[in-house]
Amino acid sequence: MGKVRGKSGILQRMGPLVGLILIVFILSIVNSDFLTVGNIFNVLRQVSINALIAYGMTFVILTGGIDLSVGSIIALSSAFAAGMMATGTNSWLAIGVGVLSGTLMGTINGVVIARGKVAPFIATLATMTIFRGLTLVYTEGKPITGLPDSFGMIGRGYLFQIPMPVIWMLVAFGALYVVLKFTSFGRHVFALGGNEEATRLSGINTKRVKILVYSISGLLASLSGIILTSRLNSAQPTAGTSYELDAIAAVVLGGTSLSGGKGWIAGTLIGAMIIGILDNGLNLLNVSSFYQQVVKGGVILLAVLLDRSKGK
Amino acid sequence: MTDLLTMEGINKSFSGVKVLENVQFSLRQGEVHALMGENGAGKSTLMKILSGIYSKDAGSVQIQGTESVASSPKTAQGLGVAIIHQELNMIPDLSILENMFLGREFKWGRTGFVNWPRMRSEAKNYLQQLGMDLNPDSLVGELSVGQQQMVEIAKALSMHAKILVLDEPTAALTKREIEKLFQLIATLKTQGVGMIYISHRMEEIFQISDRITVLRDGRYIGTRDTNVTTMDELVQMMVGREIKERFPKVETNIGEERLRVEALAQAGKLYDINFSVRAGEILGIAGLMGSGRSELAKALFGVGKYQGKIYVNGKLVRINSPADAIKAGMALITEDRKGEGLVSDLSVRENLALPNLRSLSRLGFIGHRMEQDFVGDSIKKLNVKVHHSGQLVSSLSGGNQQKVVIGKWLATQPKVLILDEPTRGVDIGAKREIYDLMNQLVQKGVAIVMISSELPEVLGMSDRVLVMHEGRITGEFSRENATQETIMVAATGGKSHG
Repeated sequence: MGKVRGKSGILQRMGPLVGLILIVFILSIVNSDFLTVGNIFNVLRQVSINALIAYGMTFVILTGGIDLSVGSIIALSSAFAAGMMATGTNSWLAIGVGVLSGTLMGTINGVVIARGKVAPFIATLATMTIFRGLTLVYTEGKPITGLPDSFGMIGRGYLFQIPMPVIWMLVAFGALYVVLKFTSFGRHVFALGGNEEATRLSGINTKRVKILVYSISGLLASLSGIILTSRLNSAQPTAGTSYELDAIAAVVLGGTSLSGGKGWIAGTLIGAMIIGILDNGLNLLNVSSFYQQVVKGGVILLAVLLDRSKGK
Repeated sequence: MTDLLTMEGINKSFSGVKVLENVQFSLRQGEVHALMGENGAGKSTLMKILSGIYSKDAGSVQIQGTESVASSPKTAQGLGVAIIHQELNMIPDLSILENMFLGREFKWGRTGFVNWPRMRSEAKNYLQQLGMDLNPDSLVGELSVGQQQMVEIAKALSMHAKILVLDEPTAALTKREIEKLFQLIATLKTQGVGMIYISHRMEEIFQISDRITVLRDGRYIGTRDTNVTTMDELVQMMVGREIKERFPKVETNIGEERLRVEALAQAGKLYDINFSVRAGEILGIAGLMGSGRSELAKALFGVGKYQGKIYVNGKLVRINSPADAIKAGMALITEDRKGEGLVSDLSVRENLALPNLRSLSRLGFIGHRMEQDFVGDSIKKLNVKVHHSGQLVSSLSGGNQQKVVIGKWLATQPKVLILDEPTRGVDIGAKREIYDLMNQLVQKGVAIVMISSELPEVLGMSDRVLVMHEGRITGEFSRENATQETIMVAATGGKSHG
């Protein structure tokens, strides 16, 4: 029995990777522009925003929760940061405040969910609306511009020819991989998602773990918000709208179970890449953006159906 | 007269592993035939072949003399075979009659509209046949587990079942409900229904069955008439060796007080609970389902708010969470292994480590080597049968899962160990290992509080017995004075002290 499970486990893990390789293979055949260094970095830069949000979402989904407010957290936390920069505050300080505010927003989600015992879907649906509303209030509905040039480095700069957003994406991946795999907090996240009651009775402070995963989600959302703001050289009040959907899609494509307890963060990175490459490839093939949505949705559905049939 | 059911030479393999080999079984009309064997002996596989869930590789199944192949649960129903599963299969938000006729509702002609009056009168009819005074319109979720089971049996009868398989029917029933079930079984016997009775509880099997068949490791060991066999013979048939005593109680030196509870109360659940346990002592807590035993265990472990005082090792402690309880030196092994004891998506290793991560980690990082050593030790010490520690805990047998639950707690080195139904759903061999383990622990000076619904176990293993009823302690007996009768009197609310 154990061996059979192990095998299907590996299959489950290889599935997303095989899918990614397949898509890359097909696109590189049908379009010669696809597999160029320039385009690959371009894709990865686009992927990085979603990947960062999706990492945080992975923690949340592993506990059996969901975070719909990430898009709004992006908008509000970057508005805070940009607002400070535009009025002459030191960039690093402004970034710090922005990220801190995002983390705090996530913590509020966590407290409402863990202490208030509100279903995550409802709680974050409400805060999604609240944070978006606050963004519009704070920005008066207008973009914040006039950011210092040095700030552009974070989203538009390069390190050893590699776009900075890609570096952030990989550094965050490494850190979070270690947290999930090698720390007791990571183990608590899996245990909580698998069986909350057993975890609590094992003496683990499950409320604390729950609050922390939403804090992490808020932290990563605001980080990706900073990168987005830097790339656009402005903070848009509507930034991040519906980004939660791509993030959830990346997590699910990566093989993490929406019911919690099963999954891995490397899968999420692969899932985010599948979505990004699909977007890029369809653009290169001049597919209309209307059809792009149909194809993307179809791929997600197909992936989940394949996953289901494997479970039988 | 031919038998109602004859199964002969049944073989079944799963991916090359033989789980049934040349097994035979027969059932007469109006007979209760008990099927016994340790977990994994092949009882449920045999029953799944009978009920069309699995197909047999070889052998013959004859129902009333004709070869009958149930290729699906639906065809099995047509052949008159019904199984009452251990976990009941009813929809709590539907009424009794909706459940009874689910998927085969009576209609008005061919209209598709449900003929409620006819269904209601039929349902009433079957319920009355079983002597049950239930309103067919009440929701199943509002019934007790025992009543739900009766409704399932009524449902089976409404499908004209001739062969009824009862899989651990009494596991979740109170004493009174069990008596009611046994009356019902007697009624069904007179109606000529043949019943296959699967249970781990010896006393019941001797009370209710006519014949007993034992399987071991997928093989047929033998069939005995109940009135000529003995428990010892059956145990020997089941485990293939002689188990000298079922309850290997050892004498220990009873030392200082480990746990004392004063005027413990929890609104609506527990009232004025006072007791203490000493080092080296096993305190048994008996009582019916819903008497507050598990609530007491949970309250001691920081689940829910309580009034009153809890002393551990003579020190007053305040326990607001399981973490506090663990810190104070307590461990709780809950009755609900799947729901509260284990995380089934995690491996044996991860489950064993769960409450011990603090001591296995440095600065929040889990020490890989430390964890491996710890897990290897635990597996060896408790004799858990695993291929490797990375195996999912849900792939183990009930007894081995229970050993994992116990193992994860022993490493916290508790002074007070609370065991809630420690041997439920565990086969005889593993039961004995769990008793031996309890003995080792009390010899080391651990105090054990053992909650159990199996009176023989309570009587066999406890130094002292408390009895609970409706959230209160209604009796306390020394080992010498405790009997099934005195305990039952206290458990049903009659006051008595021994």
